[in-house]
Parts: sequence; C-alpha cells; structure tokens
Amino acid sequence: MDNSLHTSSSSGPVDPSVAGLMEGEQTFESVTEHLASIVLRQDKHKLPWWIMLGIGFILYNLLGLALTKLLLYGVGIWGINQPVGWGWAIINFVWWIGIGHAGTLISAFLLLMRQNWRASINRFAEAMTIFAVACAGIYPIFHTGRPWCAYWLFPYPNILGMWPQWRSPLLWDVFAVSTYASVSILFWFVGLIPDFATLRDRSENMVVKKTYGVLALGWRGASEHWNRYEIASLILAGLSTPLVLSVHSIISFDFSIGIVPGWHATIFPPYFVAGALYAGFAMVIILAVPLRKWYHLEEFITQKHMDWCAKMMLTSGLIVVYGYAMECFYGYLSGNHIEIRMMEFRQFGPYGAAYWFLIICNGVIPQALWIPKVRYSNAALFFISVVVSIGMWLERYVIVVVSLTRDYLPSSWGYFKPTIWDILMYVGTIGQFIFLFFMFVRVMPMINIFEMRELVHKKMGHGHGTHDEEGHDGQLGLATEAAE
Amino acid sequence: MSNIYGLVAEFDSPDTLLRGAEAAREAGYRKMEAYSPFPVHGLSEVMGHDDPRLPWAVFIMGVIGCATGFGLESWTAAVNYPFNIGGKPYFSWPNFIPVAYELTILFAAFTAGLSMLILNGLPRYHHSIFNTPRFERASSDLFFLCIEARDGKYDAEETTQFLENLGAQLVSEVEK
Repeated sequence: MDNSLHTSSSSGPVDPSVAGLMEGEQTFESVTEHLASIVLRQDKHKLPWWIMLGIGFILYNLLGLALTKLLLYGVGIWGINQPVGWGWAIINFVWWIGIGHAGTLISAFLLLMRQNWRASINRFAEAMTIFAVACAGIYPIFHTGRPWCAYWLFPYPNILGMWPQWRSPLLWDVFAVSTYASVSILFWFVGLIPDFATLRDRSENMVVKKTYGVLALGWRGASEHWNRYEIASLILAGLSTPLVLSVHSIISFDFSIGIVPGWHATIFPPYFVAGALYAGFAMVIILAVPLRKWYHLEEFITQKHMDWCAKMMLTSGLIVVYGYAMECFYGYLSGNHIEIRMMEFRQFGPYGAAYWFLIICNGVIPQALWIPKVRYSNAALFFISVVVSIGMWLERYVIVVVSLTRDYLPSSWGYFKPTIWDILMYVGTIGQFIFLFFMFVRVMPMINIFEMRELVHKKMGHGHGTHDEEGHDGQLGLATEAAE
Repeated sequence: MSNIYGLVAEFDSPDTLLRGAEAAREAGYRKMEAYSPFPVHGLSEVMGHDDPRLPWAVFIMGVIGCATGFGLESWTAAVNYPFNIGGKPYFSWPNFIPVAYELTILFAAFTAGLSMLILNGLPRYHHSIFNTPRFERASSDLFFLCIEARDGKYDAEETTQFLENLGAQLVSEVEK
C-alpha cells in the first residue's frame, strides 16, 4: 500500500457539521458490525426486547378483540352519540397521524436542509411513521361502520354511476392519508435497499441471506447506482416535505371547513402541523431513550441528537401554545355569542379539567426544556415526552368533544362519555404500534448503516476508517472539533 | 478473453478509490465502474455518470398526476355526475386542489423510486461483479474499481500493472 497517497489526502478539513454526531473511535467495519449484528444475532435482543414484544403482543390481541366486537355489534358499542358522532375514533386517528409526522420531517425536511444529524435517527423515525399511520388508518375505516365497503371512498366507475363528493375534506383525507402511507413506505424501502445488501453480505444462514438478498434487489453499490440513488432520495425528500405539511393541513380542514364553533378558524392548518411535529418528536424521544440504552447505541444517537430533538420539540410546542392563545382570541373576541359560550364551556364547563390539564402538559411542563441540564437528562426528556404525548391527545379530545357538544342549537347539546370499547381499541392500537416497532427492530437495521459509514468518512475528514495506523489522524480531528 | 468480465482492483478507502478512478479515466479507460459501501462524492463526476432522465421523468409524471386528479374531479363533478353540494358551482375548482395536489405527489414520488430502480437495472438476479473475491465487503468497508474486458484499452497484463500502481490492495481477474 502506498502511504504517500494517503498523506496527501489527509489534510482535508473535518466537516464541522458532523461534530458530536458520533462518539468513540468508529471505523466503517465497526459501524457496520455493530448495527448489522443487532439484526443478525438474536442474542443482541435481551430481556427488555422480549418484554416489550410480549406487552405489544398482548395489547395487539386486545385490538383484535375490540375490532371483533365492533364488527359484530356496530359502532354503537362506542361512546359516540348525537351530537358527538366523532368521539375517540377521530381523536385517536389525528393523534396517531400526528405522531407519524416527525418521522417524515426528520427523513425528508432535514435531508433537504443538509442536517447531518438526521442520519442516526431517520430510519427508526420513518418506521415510527409507518406504524403510526397503520394505527391511524384503522379508525376512520372502522368508524364508517361498514369497513368492508371502505373502497367506496375511492373513485371508480360503478354500477350506480356515482362518484365521490370532491368538495368534502373527508374525501381529501382519504387521498392525503393513502398517499402519505404509500410514499412513506416507498421512501423507507428505498432507504433500506443498501442496508439490505449489507445484511445479505454479512448473514451466514442461507435462508436469512436469501431473504435479504431478495429485498436488496441485487444492489451492488455501483457508482452509477449511487448517483441515481442520491438524486432519487433528494427528490423523494423534496416531495415528502410538502406532502407532510399538506397531510396535516388537510386533516385540520376536516375541522376548519366545518362551521362548528371552535373549529372554523384559519389558524388550524399551521397549528395542527406544529402539533403533529410536537407529538412526533415526543414519540421519537420516547423510542430513542430506551433503544440507545438497550442496544448500546449511545455512540450513534448521541446526547447531541437528544438535545436537538428536544429543541425541535420545544419550538413546535411554542407554536402550539401560540395556537391555544389564538383560539382564545378568536373565541372571546369573535363577537359571536355561541363562539364565546363555547370557549367558556371549553375552559370552565364539565370538560374544563381536560383543557387545563392539556395546557399544563403542552404549555407549562415542556418549558423545562429551556434548561440545558434537562435536555441532557434522558429521564427528564422521557418524562416530558410522555407528558407531551398525553397533552396532545387531550388537545384533540378537547377540540373534538367540546365543540360537538356545544353546537349552535341548544336543543342538540349533549355529553360524551367513552365506553370500555373505546379504551380497548385505543390501547389495542398502542399494542399494535409497540409490537410492530419491536419486530422492526429485530429484522431491519434501526439506524441507517450506509449513512453511518458516510458519517465516519466525513468525521475523519478523509476516508481512512479501516486502518488503525490512521486512527491518530481521526483523533486529531476529534480534538479540533472539541476545541471548537 | 470472452469468459472474463474484467479486472477488479480493491481499495481500502474512498480517497484511493476516487484517485484510482481519476487516474484510470486519464489513462483512457472508459468501460469501468466503481463500487463503494456508501456514495462517494465526486465519483460520479469522474465516472461520467450524468443521467438527466430521472428528474425529467419525475416532473412529467408529477404533471400527469396533477392533470389526472384535476381532470377526474372536474369531469365527474361538472359533467358526468353534477350534484348540488351546498349551493356551490359544479366546477368549484378550489375544492379540487387538495386531491390534485396529493396525486401529483403520489405519481411523482413513485416515479422517483421506481425509475431509480429501473434505470439502475434493478432488481437483478446476478451480476458478474459478485464473482470478485471479498466483494461481500463492498457493502461494508472495501472499495472496488472494475475495468471491464470490453474496454478498448483493456489488456490483461498492462491493465493489471496499471491498477496495482494505483495503490490497489488486490487486483483480480473476474469471470463472467
């Protein structure tokens, strides 16, 4: 090996944008081995994995129970009534979809912004998106009452000569969510192809090798392929970013196009998108805290990643709080006495406790994230993220239930109480999410391996990740980073 | 010669691969390809990969998606099945934007993903490059440069010598 070639290149500066994104002395091989072995070796999955999978499986079965009962008896088993026709089904739908949005934002928007820190968390955040959308999709389909006729929502030539009603936001939802689900799966799969090739090349079991071989589609890492791959990834990111914004805007149209008091407000689209990111980043943190501990990923998902996720959460949270303030403003200064009464009812009526609890969860407690010490404490981050998830659920509860129970006509005022079947179905989808997520962790690399190799390359300032004698170069690079 | 796919040089770093590819290009080799475990920046310029078809395909399919959505909505709502909804005009085009928008993205995104695979010739059952020794590490920590036998300047001995001088750790003749 000709060393003079190496020294001439090692003067390349260390990319400052990757400082702190990967700890320890990593090489291409060590990164690949660490991340691929989690998939290829069962002994990397210890007791916590079995426990989570077990909990997920049990709760997932509750979903089966709840859906069976629902199919046998109809949506009357839920707490929905007149005038609250939407109930938990729509609350949970919006909650799950919102959670999914952070995954797309991390993988798409941060790619466009050339944020290197996304590489460590984008894979499992995308998985989170897909499983969250899978949970969300169940609700509107079963809420139709006859889920076996759900395909009627799509435009197809039929014997009745009928077409969908294009002016309804509920139909826009069908297109937005189905597009979102399919594009997310596509983006996720495209990102996985090179990693499947790595798993194909590293597995020893023939069945495993063939399975990953099929999934890798014959990927061989040719530079021509990488060229198109990067162009396609960038285009997919450019398309997913407006997609994710449009999806939650359209979901907010479900509310804001209607003239129900408390819903008919122009602030809804941005306020909903911010809320979605808020809940989504909370879920990213909820998943990242245990994952990095159980699978020793602290070197890949560093404290800096957690810090930045927390800052994103804080920022989107402040936009959400602004939305709450604007709702009060629109309500109380609307000059419309029904709107004013609705706001009074929301804050001081029978659901007042839910409103104030949501303000504490989403508006007050997360302000602790201003303190750097809190952002660097995993326990505190986990706690705040759980609080935010609860808060975001309550927000949708308050929006859906309070407005529907206080319409313009006092004769149609009502009260909503969930039944056990609402609760079981909600818990069931949480089970589905946990189960699918931990199955994903078992069979697919939860961190993008090839992007980690790229990060090793950038971090070294040159490409000598494979050689020990080059290690001191890397360390020098690290020292410079630390000095900065 | 007919049974030989080409000569494959193995490198231990993206920089040596990049410089090797540059040198091979300067030396006049054209039918060659580099293989790396992650995208190496600058490599596609050296290799002369510049294919504008993918972005154009995405753009065209995006326009078609938009036209499909908007056209379907306009035709069904205003012509085929006119129905009075809330006193709105039959051709109430602002209401048609969300679905047209989503279909634009749906068509464009799937074109991006699928045309990436199709133009790359994937999925593919087998490729001669997989006969290279230690090629399973091309998805981990080794970098390969292949000069194919169909290149005009290809000569088994001369090219081997050339590749060895580039700092390759191993040069092997690979069968088809």
